[in-house]
Amino acid sequence: MTKTRLFALMGTSVLGMMLTANAVNAQQSGYLSFLIDNGPQSVAVAEAWVAAYTEQNPDVTIDIEVRPGGGEGDNIVKTRLATGAMADVFFYNSGSLFQAINPVQNLLPVTNEAWQEGIQDSFKTVVSAGGEVYGTPFAPAMGGGIFYNKPIYEELGLEIPKSWDEFMANNEKIKAAGKVAVIQTYGESWTSQLFVLADFFNVLAAEPDFAEKFTTNEAKFATSPAAVKGFDRLQDVFEAGYLNADFGAATYPDGIRMVATGEGAHYPMLTFGIGAIAETQPDHLQDVGFFAQPGDSADSNGLTTWMPDSVYIAKTTASPDLAKDFVGFIGSPAGCDIRNEAVGATGPYMIAGCELPADVPPAVSDMLPYFQEGGQNAPALEFLSPIKGPALEQITVEVGSGIRPAAEGAALYDEDVRKQAQQLGLEGW
Amino acid sequence: MKSRKSIIGGAAAIAATFVVFVIPFLFIILMAFKDRQQSALRDFSWPAGFHLWDNIVEVVKTRNWMMITAFINSSLITVVSVTLLIVFAAMVGFVLARRKTRFNGLIEFLILAGLMIPPAVVPTIWLLQGLKLFGTLHGMILIEVAYNLPFSIILYRAFIATIPRELDEAAVIDGARPLDVFFRVVLPLLWPVTVTNIVVQSVGIFNDFTNPLYYLPGNANATVQLTLYNFQSQFSTSYNLLFTNILLITIPPLIVFLFFNRQIVAGMTAGAVKG
Amino acid sequence: MTAAAVPAMKARRRSLYPGWFYAPAAAIYAVLFLAPTFASLYFSLTRWTLFDSVFIGFENFAQFFREPFLIQGLVNTVIYAVITSGLKVVLGMLLALMLTSQIVARGYLRSVIFFPVLVSTVGVGMTFTVLMHPTVGMINQGLATLGIQGPGWLVDPKLALFSVALVDVWKGVGLATVIYIAGLVAIPKDYYEAARIDGATSLQNFFYVTLPLSRPATATVITLSFIGGLRTFDLIWAMTKGGPGFASDTVASVIYKQYQAGFYGLSTAGNVVLFVLIAVLVVPLTMFLNRKQGHE
Repeated sequence: MTKTRLFALMGTSVLGMMLTANAVNAQQSGYLSFLIDNGPQSVAVAEAWVAAYTEQNPDVTIDIEVRPGGGEGDNIVKTRLATGAMADVFFYNSGSLFQAINPVQNLLPVTNEAWQEGIQDSFKTVVSAGGEVYGTPFAPAMGGGIFYNKPIYEELGLEIPKSWDEFMANNEKIKAAGKVAVIQTYGESWTSQLFVLADFFNVLAAEPDFAEKFTTNEAKFATSPAAVKGFDRLQDVFEAGYLNADFGAATYPDGIRMVATGEGAHYPMLTFGIGAIAETQPDHLQDVGFFAQPGDSADSNGLTTWMPDSVYIAKTTASPDLAKDFVGFIGSPAGCDIRNEAVGATGPYMIAGCELPADVPPAVSDMLPYFQEGGQNAPALEFLSPIKGPALEQITVEVGSGIRPAAEGAALYDEDVRKQAQQLGLEGW
Repeated sequence: MKSRKSIIGGAAAIAATFVVFVIPFLFIILMAFKDRQQSALRDFSWPAGFHLWDNIVEVVKTRNWMMITAFINSSLITVVSVTLLIVFAAMVGFVLARRKTRFNGLIEFLILAGLMIPPAVVPTIWLLQGLKLFGTLHGMILIEVAYNLPFSIILYRAFIATIPRELDEAAVIDGARPLDVFFRVVLPLLWPVTVTNIVVQSVGIFNDFTNPLYYLPGNANATVQLTLYNFQSQFSTSYNLLFTNILLITIPPLIVFLFFNRQIVAGMTAGAVKG
Repeated sequence: MTAAAVPAMKARRRSLYPGWFYAPAAAIYAVLFLAPTFASLYFSLTRWTLFDSVFIGFENFAQFFREPFLIQGLVNTVIYAVITSGLKVVLGMLLALMLTSQIVARGYLRSVIFFPVLVSTVGVGMTFTVLMHPTVGMINQGLATLGIQGPGWLVDPKLALFSVALVDVWKGVGLATVIYIAGLVAIPKDYYEAARIDGATSLQNFFYVTLPLSRPATATVITLSFIGGLRTFDLIWAMTKGGPGFASDTVASVIYKQYQAGFYGLSTAGNVVLFVLIAVLVVPLTMFLNRKQGHE
C-alpha cells in the first residue's frame, strides 16, 4: 500500500493532442452558470477559463457565481442540488464529500465523454458512483505536508527531516535561534487539521488496512496507536512552545505570509497553498520549500496526497451539451495551460498531456519526487473512506491549543465520525 | 453651578463614548482610505495617501459589479417588505387592540411564538420550492414579512391602545367605511410608531444575512450582506477592501438614521413601552 | 342591498374592526412560518438527507443530548443571554438617565450610542475580530501603550464567549437606551415634584420613583434582549464560529453546524430543543415581569 503509485505523472501527450483536435468542433452557443468557491485562486482560474472559452465561442455567455468555502459552501451545494437550483456547472470536492451529495440522483454522468479518456483512473475512482464517472479535475493533485522557509534552513544549517524526531530537533534549533518554529493559524479552523490528515501516510505504513476497518466501524482513531499519533503531534508542537504567538487568531493568509517571509519556519498545509504564495508573496516564492509530514521512522517517509477538486454538471442543466463542451475544455491540456498562466503550477495534473512549466516553484519541485518512480505516497483517508467527521477542525483546534489532550480529542472525533456514518446509512454503525 | 457640573460630566461622557463608539467607526473609515500594504498592519494610523476612491472602484467592480446588483436587490427587498409589514401589521394590531374575541388569546400566543421560535430553515426551503418561490425576490420578501410580523404587530397594538376609540366611532358616524376608517383616520395617527417600524425593520432586513444566504441563492439575487460575506475571503489579504466594503454597506443605515433620528425616541415612547 | 338593511347595519357595526384584516398577515405567517415549523416537528424525528427521510423516532434527540458539547452549549447560551440582557438593562438605564439629564452634547451622545444598532452585524463582527486580534489588534495595542498586556479576546477559550457578548452589548445598548429614554420621559413630573418636597435624595429618587416607574421599559428591554440573546447566531458566527474549539458554541451555533454538516434531521431536532429552552425560560420570565407590572 505504501508504495502505491497513484499518479502516472507527466505522461506522453498523445491523448492530449487527440483531445485538442477534438476541441476544434462546431462553435457553441447558449448560456451557462458556473458555481465556484470564493477563494482567490478559484476565482482567477475560473475567470480565465471563461474568458478563453467565450473567446472561442462568442455566442456563449457564462456567468460565474461564487459561494463561500468550507462547511458553509458544502451546505449551499447540498441545498441547491436538493432544490433543483444548482448552477449548470459547479466545482466541488472529490472523495467523501462527493459521495455525500448523492451524485447518481443529482449529477450528469460524463463516463463516455471524449475528454474522460485523458483523465487518470486514480482520479476517476474518487468521482465515481454507481458505475458512472461524474467529475473532471479542477486543479492539479495536492500533497499534505509541511512548507518550510528555505532561508531559515540555510541560515541554521538544517536538513530536511525524515522522521518526527528529526523534525522536532529542527524545531528546537529554530526556537533556540529565537524564531517561530511552527506556524499555526487557528483563526481559520480548517487549517488546524493538517497534522492529523497529513499523517495518514504514516498511519497506513503501520496499519495498511486502517481505512477499510475504519469504514466498517472496526478501527478507531483513539484505539489505533498509529492513528492517534496525528493528534499527539498537534499536542507535541503546542506543548513544546513552538507556535507563533498569535496562533489562535492568525488566518491562512497570515500563515502563507509568515512561512514565505521567514516570520516562521514551518507551516503544515496542502500544496495548493503554493498558488496563494505565488499570488501574495511572489518575491518569496523561491524561499518556500515543502516536505512530507515525517513519521516515526525515517525509513518509511512518504507523502499523503489529495485528489484535486472536481467540476460536475448538474442533472438539472438546461443545456447539457454546452455544459459538457465547457467541462471538456476545462479537462483538456488547453485548460491546464490557462490554469498555469492564471495561477501558476501547484502540482502534477491528472490530465494526460498537461505539462508543468519548466520553471516550477521549489515547493512544487520538492513534492514531485514523491509522485515519481521510487517515491512513496498514499491517498488521504477521505479518498479511501466515505466518512469524514464534520467537527474534526474544532477538535484539532482544541488539541492544538492545549484545551484538550490528544487522546480525548481522538476519542471525541470517533464520536463525531459515528454520526456521519449513520447519516450515510453505512453497515455496521 | 449645575451647568459646570454638567459640562464636566458631559466632557467625560463625550470622551468615553468617543473611545468606545466613535473610534471603531473611525478605524473603518481610516482603513478604507489606506492601500493594501498599510492596511495589512491593521493599526490606528493616518492613511499614507488617499486610496478611498481606488478602493471603492475595486470593491464595486469585483465580480462583475456585483455590489450594484446587490444594492438594487437589497433596496427592493427592504422597501417592499417593510411596506407590506407596515400595512399588514397595522391592520392586525388595529383589530387586535379594538375587538375582543375569544381568539385574541390564540393570536397573542401565535405572535409570541413568532418572536421566540427559531425558523425551521430546511422545511421552509422545501416549502418555498413547492410554491415556486425559492430563490426569488418575491419569496425572500414574503419570508422577511413572515419573520418580522410579530414584532411590528406588538408595536402597533400597544400604540393603538392609546388612541381613543371614539375617533373611529366618530368617523363611522360620518359615514366612513371600515377600510376608510383604517387607512384615512387610524393609519395616519400611527405615524410615530410607523417611523419606529420603518427604522427598526428596514435596518433589520437590510442587514439580514442568514435568510438571504439560504433562500436566495445565485449571483443575480445577491444581497448586500451576502456580498460582504462572499468577498470576505477574496479580500482576506486586502483589509483596505474589506473595510471599504463595510463602509459602503453602512451608508444606507446612516441615511435612515439621519432622516429619522429625532423621531425614533418619539416612536419608542409611543409604541414599545406603554404595553 | 337595501333588503338586508338590518343585518347590514349589524354587520357594519361589527365590521368596523373586520376579521379579514387579519387575513393577509395570517396567510403569509401561516404558510411561511407555521407550516414549516410544524413540518419540522416531523422532520426532527427522521434521518433526513434532503433527498429522502427515514423515520427514526427520538434518536435525533438522544443523539443531540449525547453531543459532548450540547450541555456546554446550553450553559453558554444562557450565560450569553443573561450577560447581554443584564448589561443592556444596567447600561441602558444609566445611559438613559444621563441622556435625559441636563448634560451637554445630548444630541451627539444619543446619536453615537444609537448608531451601532443600525449597522450590519456581520460588518460589526468582522471589524471587532480585527480590533480584538491578540497581537496586532487595536485594542491590545492600545492597552500595551498603557502598559497592560491585553488578553486573547477571541482566542482564549475562557474569554471568547464574553468577548462576543461585549460586542453584542456594544451594538445593542443603543436600543435599550432609547427604550429607557422613552420610559423615563413618560414618567409624570409630579412624582419627582412630590419626592422633592419630601426631601428625597437623588439616590432615593432613583430607587423609589425612577426604577419602579420605568418597569415597563425594563420588561421590554429584558424580553427583547433575552430572547435575542438565546437565539443569537450572526455575531458569534461572524466572530468565532463557536470557537476556539467549542468554547463559544451556543445552541444556535451547534444547530447550525449540524445543519452545515448535512445532518438535517438532527439540526431540526436541535431547533425544537432551542424552542423548548426559550419557552421554558422566557414564558415564566414574561409572566413574572407582567405580573409585577400589574401590581403598580
